[in-house]
Amino acid sequence: MTRREVVVTGLGATTPLGGDVASTWEAMVAGRSGVSALTQEWAAQLPVRIAAQMKVDPSEVLDRVKLRRLDRSEAAALIAAHQAWTDAGLVDAGVDGERLAVVVGTGIGGAVTLLNQDDILEASGPRKVSPHTVPMLMPNGPAAWVGLELGAKAGVHAPTSACATGAEAIAWALDILRAGRADVAVAGGTEAVIHPLPIAGFASMRAMSTRNDDPEGASRPFDKARDGFVLGEGSGAIVLETEEHAKARGARVYARLAGAAMTSDGYDIVQPDPEGHGTVRAMRAALRDADVAASDIMHVNAHATSTAVGDLAEIFALRRAQVSNAVVTSTKSMTGHLLGAAGAVESIATILAVYHGIVPPTINLDDPDDELTLDVAAHKARYLDIPAALNDSFGFGGHNAVLVFTRS
Amino acid sequence: MTTRDEITTGLAEILEEVAGVNPDDVAEEKSFTDDLDVDSLSMVEVVVAAEEKFGVKIPDDEVQNLKTVGDAVSYIEKASA
Repeated sequence: MTRREVVVTGLGATTPLGGDVASTWEAMVAGRSGVSALTQEWAAQLPVRIAAQMKVDPSEVLDRVKLRRLDRSEAAALIAAHQAWTDAGLVDAGVDGERLAVVVGTGIGGAVTLLNQDDILEASGPRKVSPHTVPMLMPNGPAAWVGLELGAKAGVHAPTSACATGAEAIAWALDILRAGRADVAVAGGTEAVIHPLPIAGFASMRAMSTRNDDPEGASRPFDKARDGFVLGEGSGAIVLETEEHAKARGARVYARLAGAAMTSDGYDIVQPDPEGHGTVRAMRAALRDADVAASDIMHVNAHATSTAVGDLAEIFALRRAQVSNAVVTSTKSMTGHLLGAAGAVESIATILAVYHGIVPPTINLDDPDDELTLDVAAHKARYLDIPAALNDSFGFGGHNAVLVFTRS
Repeated sequence: MTTRDEITTGLAEILEEVAGVNPDDVAEEKSFTDDLDVDSLSMVEVVVAAEEKFGVKIPDDEVQNLKTVGDAVSYIEKASA
């Protein structure tokens, strides 16, 4: 039996660079930063006072009453998913709900709802706690809302694997489509935890950049002066279809999702394995799954979060997997780290890189690390032919997810 | 002393805030669920907000008897008398 091929037919996003895919991509190619100073009163006491906040607040898109029952991460996911659905030309296209699946995950979920409602509990007592609290904070909430609004009945799933979540969601959707359990899948990730507690937690781990006086220069993957990641928020969603389904309806195809792989390190709860065994295995397995040679990968959208250890470990892993001809970039230099949404937004960047033949730049790479042995698109976008590209995502917990997109 | 009209107006404000109901649609004969599209979770919000606004207690086992705006107005009127 031949394998069912899977293609990308719709893209949607709301990010620190723009409220949709077009504005996000335009800003990426231009090398603009989405990071700014946190001006909220609560930020003053924190060691980290910068973040990449959504450029277009969900309140500008969704109505007030609807937002009362949505965690910010759910609102972002709905915005991204509706865009992707529209972009794919599926509004009123009569997709059979029983053949439509949703896989949308989040790294942290409705933590901000939990914290806000706890404030209400402490101040005003249990009767004042919103009846929407549980569906707002549950980590399957974003997937469930997307499924509900698009009418998905082939299953609604919410993988959680920290910063690998968005990519894992796409990998799981590929499996669902290949296995014949659905013809169309909306996959992606979402995150919105710009709040003092998660920031304090990450800051206590010494994982975040404290370049508070230079927000736009704070996220600097592969640069010698990198000092940690910058927290971002947003969501990305893509529409995946079996090639047969896409062809039958004459859909525009951005790229093929040729292969995917997920591995786990089994090394440490937060530290990446310095030997990179798990990441190398994921890269090799994804290439094998896609039937693409490592030397044919012309572009990598790296996970590279701007941390001392992680950025180089990824470069070493790519070398060991023999991905040596690729122009590498880290779009996190512009978006910040979207945690559970990162893999989804970066997949969109990878897909558009393949589609347009443009590698968005890694900004702030002024002084490359001496051990940086791959070609990184520093400062300026590169224009090149990209028949095949790779998107890496790794997460706390030792999750590694690697996706291979090829030109259709 | 609050009149029935004042209670209805107060409820309409709460319904607009909580569930996006157009105040012009709020009248005593209207059913919360069938006419005004207020679901069970929003109804909880309406009840809690009404308790605060009118200084009354509306026990949970009473809420199921409040089918229409008029039912709620009568209950609040009686409870605040």
